[in-house]
Amino acid sequence: MITVSSTTSTVDSGLFDSILPLFSARFGIDVRVVAQGTGQALDTARRGDADVVLVHARAAEEKFVAEGFGVARKPVMYNDFVLIGPKADPAGIKGMSDVAQAFAKIAEKRIPFVSRGDRSGTHSAELALWRAAALDVEAIRGPWYREIGQGMGAALNVAGAMGAYVLSDRGTWLGFKNRGDLDILVEGDRRLFNQYGVILVNPAKHPHVKAAEGQIFIDWLAGPEGQRAIGDYKIGGRPVFVPNADAPGA
Amino acid sequence: MTFTDALAAALDLVLGLDPRFTEVVGLSLRVTLSAVFLAAVIGLPLGALLGIARFPGRSGVIVLVNAMMGLPPVVAGLLLFLLLSRSGPLGSLGLLFTPGAMIAAQTLLVLPIVVALTRQTVEDLWTEYRDHLHSLGMTGARAVPTLLWDARFALATALLAGFGRASAEVGAVLIVGGNIAGYTRTMTTAIALETSKGDLALALGLGFVLLVLTLFVNGAAYGASRIGARAAG
Repeated sequence: MITVSSTTSTVDSGLFDSILPLFSARFGIDVRVVAQGTGQALDTARRGDADVVLVHARAAEEKFVAEGFGVARKPVMYNDFVLIGPKADPAGIKGMSDVAQAFAKIAEKRIPFVSRGDRSGTHSAELALWRAAALDVEAIRGPWYREIGQGMGAALNVAGAMGAYVLSDRGTWLGFKNRGDLDILVEGDRRLFNQYGVILVNPAKHPHVKAAEGQIFIDWLAGPEGQRAIGDYKIGGRPVFVPNADAPGA
Repeated sequence: MTFTDALAAALDLVLGLDPRFTEVVGLSLRVTLSAVFLAAVIGLPLGALLGIARFPGRSGVIVLVNAMMGLPPVVAGLLLFLLLSRSGPLGSLGLLFTPGAMIAAQTLLVLPIVVALTRQTVEDLWTEYRDHLHSLGMTGARAVPTLLWDARFALATALLAGFGRASAEVGAVLIVGGNIAGYTRTMTTAIALETSKGDLALALGLGFVLLVLTLFVNGAAYGASRIGARAAG
């Protein structure tokens, strides 16, 4: 039995429900997943409350390893972020190919925008996009910018209820059932790339970490079987994550 | 999403008897009933003693216990989380993200209710019976079993109040349990999860099931106390 601290996107999208039974049947190792935002998931592992972390914020992951809390980071898979908003599109950004320009337009027109505000991987991606738009979100924020401090699904619920824009990972969006008037308005910009990495928590820091079992899980995820299982997971016929454990530099 | 969808989802859950669903219901009942049981074992004698004992600072203790009835579940969860985390003082127990941690958290929430309501009930009885019990040679702690027995119907209501608080809360079990599928997922954390996945019909359906379960538990307790009262004449 191992405990994995991971992000809400991997759980809310249904990925783990799909792939974990395959792993457990093959190795007889039970995997318990605690879903939190990336920052919180890394903190959980820092305290020694998880054996493996699977998150999506490369800089934070590398810092975690550099601090000695993780053994090594391995790329696993990617998907992408999408900018979601009401179909009526009050900011007029539908179909734009430059996501930073779309962010700038939303800010300029003061159209409601829902921010995760929870140090998650998606939150840090959102903050990076404001910077890419040359905007200081702390300086321009007003009632239109709504930090909710909750998970991805909750953010989509809130955005749907108030006709706001929101940045989401594609996996959660595909698995989300309460779409109402929301739709994908901007996608495809290479800055929306969203890489996931997996890290074994360092048993030298936390001796109770189940390093052997954790390593089996990581090797399986990054190996041919796990990679195929990730690629095979589809919602409505569409793949949710693209396996890329062997991609150089991912 | 309409209420009809939610009702249909609730019926599907109950009639389908999906093992993942029965697991969630089973865990909810196990955690909550264990917490109420533990709180009763600790809280009933403690509350009774507090009802009859006289010591300096007693008023302060009573106010504190009464105030603890309002302890926010999320705070109780956070306190236990820090205690049980591997980096916390009780980390070596390895209890975080297990049902054991959830039982501990809910016990912490139910205990003040049991102690406070027992204290009040027993104190009232004690005022009424003191001379009689004294004449039978029962003083101080020796009167506690008699007082608890005589107050049993009122105390059953106190336990039901505790059950209600524990079965309804989500903040504490979410933090110390981690909402792990098939292991620490309860009715309330499942409702929170389905809401965040946007499956509002399923979330509300689970809510209906939880309400009906609560109704059953209360109905059974009321029935038992009526039968008991009749038997006692």
